[in-house]
Amino acid sequence: MPLVISLLAVIVLVVIALAGTGSLGLQYLFGVIFPYAALATFLIGLVYRVITWARSPVPFHIPTICGQQKSHSWIKHSKLESPYTTLGVIGRMALEIFFFRSLFRNTKVDLKKGPRLVYGSEKYLWMAGMAFHYSFLIILLRHLRFFAEPVPFFVTALQTLDGFFQIWLPIIYITDGLILAALLFLLFRRLYDVKLRYLSMAGDYFPLFLLLGIAITGYLMRYTTAKADLVEVKELAMGLLSFRPVIPAGLDSVFYLHIFLVSVLIAYFPFSKLLHMAGVFMSPTRNLANNSRAKRHINPWNYDVKVHTYEEYEDEFRDVMKAAGMPVEKE
Amino acid sequence: MYDAGKVITGIVIFLVLITFPFWFNVASGNATYKPDPKIITPNEQCMADGEYMKRNHMDMLDEWRDLVVREGQRTFVAPDGKTYEMSLSNTCMKCHSNKADFCDQCHNYMAVYPYCWDCHIEPQETTYGYK
Amino acid sequence: MAEEKKTPEQLAQVQYTRPGYKWMDPKVEFKKGSYNYGAVKENAEYMSLPYPRKWQPFDADWNLPDNWQEIIFEGMRERLDRFRSFRVFMDICVRCGACADKCHYYIGSGDPKNMPVLRAELLRSVYRNNFTAFGKVLGKIAGSRPLTIDVLKEWFFYFYQCTECRRCSVFCPYGIDTAEITMMARELLNLVGINIDWIVTPLANCFRTGNHLGIQPHGFKDSIDFAVDELEELTGVRVEAPINKKGAEILFVAPSADYFASPHYYTLLGYLALFHEIGLDYTWSSYASEGGNFGLFHSAEAMKRLNSKIYMESKRLGVKWILGGECGHMWRVLHQYMDTINGPANHLEEPVSPITGTRFDNAKSTKMVHIMEFTSDLIKNNKLKLDPSRNDHWNVTFHDSCNPARAMGLLEEPRYVIKNVCNHFHEMPENTIREQTFCCGSGAGLGTDENLEMRLRGGFPRANACKYVHDRFGVNILLCICAIDKATLPPLLEYWVPGVEVGGIHEMIGNALIMKGENERATDLRGTPIKEVAEGKEVTEDV
Repeated sequence: MPLVISLLAVIVLVVIALAGTGSLGLQYLFGVIFPYAALATFLIGLVYRVITWARSPVPFHIPTICGQQKSHSWIKHSKLESPYTTLGVIGRMALEIFFFRSLFRNTKVDLKKGPRLVYGSEKYLWMAGMAFHYSFLIILLRHLRFFAEPVPFFVTALQTLDGFFQIWLPIIYITDGLILAALLFLLFRRLYDVKLRYLSMAGDYFPLFLLLGIAITGYLMRYTTAKADLVEVKELAMGLLSFRPVIPAGLDSVFYLHIFLVSVLIAYFPFSKLLHMAGVFMSPTRNLANNSRAKRHINPWNYDVKVHTYEEYEDEFRDVMKAAGMPVEKE
Repeated sequence: MYDAGKVITGIVIFLVLITFPFWFNVASGNATYKPDPKIITPNEQCMADGEYMKRNHMDMLDEWRDLVVREGQRTFVAPDGKTYEMSLSNTCMKCHSNKADFCDQCHNYMAVYPYCWDCHIEPQETTYGYK
Repeated sequence: MAEEKKTPEQLAQVQYTRPGYKWMDPKVEFKKGSYNYGAVKENAEYMSLPYPRKWQPFDADWNLPDNWQEIIFEGMRERLDRFRSFRVFMDICVRCGACADKCHYYIGSGDPKNMPVLRAELLRSVYRNNFTAFGKVLGKIAGSRPLTIDVLKEWFFYFYQCTECRRCSVFCPYGIDTAEITMMARELLNLVGINIDWIVTPLANCFRTGNHLGIQPHGFKDSIDFAVDELEELTGVRVEAPINKKGAEILFVAPSADYFASPHYYTLLGYLALFHEIGLDYTWSSYASEGGNFGLFHSAEAMKRLNSKIYMESKRLGVKWILGGECGHMWRVLHQYMDTINGPANHLEEPVSPITGTRFDNAKSTKMVHIMEFTSDLIKNNKLKLDPSRNDHWNVTFHDSCNPARAMGLLEEPRYVIKNVCNHFHEMPENTIREQTFCCGSGAGLGTDENLEMRLRGGFPRANACKYVHDRFGVNILLCICAIDKATLPPLLEYWVPGVEVGGIHEMIGNALIMKGENERATDLRGTPIKEVAEGKEVTEDV
């Protein structure tokens, strides 16, 4: 059901964009107003969410430790899995953000006859995650050729690298293939794995379909005869960037569909699980050092509580303590 | 707000990165630049419609290359029935001999670096470098 | 329960399939063996908890306060404002499922709501419904559901089926920690007077008498004195065990089970022998006679109330620093919370071992040292005379307890000690030890008899790993440094892997420790005969 709803939602979006820029002629709405609105929603929404998180303190020092603590000099301390210093924390976070360290640990449990539990390495999710995120990043950076004049050297370099195999014309980018494979795998996994299928919600399928829609419209414009006039695309992009928006005459519906789906994605971002992009930086189980006995962590709302003092305790038990020969404060 | 220093630094870095195109174009001063491919033989008729050529010339050249090199076929029949020799240098560049002012205009703008000139000799007036 | 008792083979028939109902439709059945009894009214009153009343989970009417939903929403708002972890963890889960088969309760029960991700969704769905724009507008499609009595019952059922072991958090790409979410849920349940007896009674006991078991000072003294007598019988050495001694250098705090339960007791004998042998100037305290802290399983406030005694007592007694015994969740509190909630401990000095002169820099602010850190340092500096062959009748494995492993990273110290006091040591499979260690299945206040089936299920992964080394290497004792482990693993192992006992590391130290003036030992600390020295030598030579 959530799967169908998500797919329908994306189909509705497609229809809206096609109708809007087809017969209705709302090119300005889809080419200018929606992108601006989406970008504003994205930036304001994301900053707002991050600030909301930051307005709540981290009262307790709760890193999840995944390696040997720093104790004796003769015990090898795991600097990245159990960081003791800020530098160590930066290292741990870098591993997490750039290499999905925790996901790399993933295992799969099998219950065999015996009964015997067997743990196998399970790297597919990690691989698909890495493939998707890095492809997405590279594709995003490659798109800078539409947003920067002159095109910065690193964009050209990325293009060359990404098109290393020089297959087809225009050259097929490796990341274009990878992202499709990764997205399809992630979708397949949600449906194939019984556990995941049970827990998946519309909010899990919708971004996948949306991203697939974005990828496919991109492929259409690059690899098929539905090619867009790139110079016009860049004109539109540069117009948006310089706040002098223009709608070039020759852009087709496929192009508007592409940027409409992108607009929806970025506007949807701050309201959805996609927030994990920002949230991973704010996770107190990862971004704190394992030094809580060496350095006092302050809880800003640490309030006084009703305690049971020694005096109250001794008052209740003084007689039995004396009888047992235990020292007391008051005779 | 707690950890304000770190959080605000993070937000600022994020915003600077995400708005890279805004300030990059301001700095380069090219925000309103548009490529201007010059047609130096205005009286000649191209073998296909200009709009079509803008989007699809690469596919046509690619097809030509395959037909000529692999199948030895050299004659192209245009949509209007006229025939042309399938040759970048001898046919296309007969009119568009100004690579720098024609081809490179859009190619540079879009960071497209076709490998035509890996084999073909570039027309003489070509100057290397950007614009 | 007796007639329904399942064999291990039956209990291990776990299906990891989809049930016929959606997780969003609340469904909970209080089957015997899978939940804990409600808190006793008097003890809840003693702790001044909200809405104390006679109550049981299986009651149709929970007698909630009229405005219970408002109370919960207000409680959620307050906690969202106080805990960044709560807010972030509510917002960023992508439901990738990496955590799903990491939970011992899921592995042992196959109940999908025991997947950490769905456990969190039980709370997250209500968060979405009341605290997010999308959830309010889109309702069920956005994964939100209204807080109904059935949802609340589900919360109770599943948040008291989480042992806060944090294994899932190791695998989560964002470090989402189900323990945090469980803590929040339990605090919310507490606000409307929903608590379990196995947590609230220890709270009340500990608040009043200083320990969870409710042992009064003279009982505590009796117990320690008895251990001193017993140690003398076993070793021929009379040790001193000072209690509430002012001016001692070190205050020693251990979990109360160490002096009142078995097999913890042998660990206590080990401590006593060790402290005597190195001539440590230390004291026990009857007022702070509990290292464990069931407050951790109840609320941040209860944790602070119980924990306060340790620093207060160290001040009253005028000690220099504090040493802590073998305990799991106790060390979560001491390592990650104590300094924050009840510090700074300016009345204490930075800990230095009086025997070796080693400075415990990693404890310089909290000023409390883990006994494994302390003892491993003694061994490293050759301060102990050890005869590991006295443990030759034990073929040992080591179970990393959740909190020392995942809250502290105390991984090598215990192993170093074990290797110095035992000749036969075998590790369990690598996905079940160190930071990936499996919980005993009974932590976080769930170690009751009425909850036995869930405990057996939850303990299955640990027991199964233990069975592996038992079958393969003949391991006959599982060592651990946690009082809950020592209390709950013996019946668990007896069920899943008969023939493996449970012990503490200091018990093994006590066995191996050659004490000045001791008699030749015929038995180890638990009275098991030690193999003849000569015989032992022959065996070694043969091999």
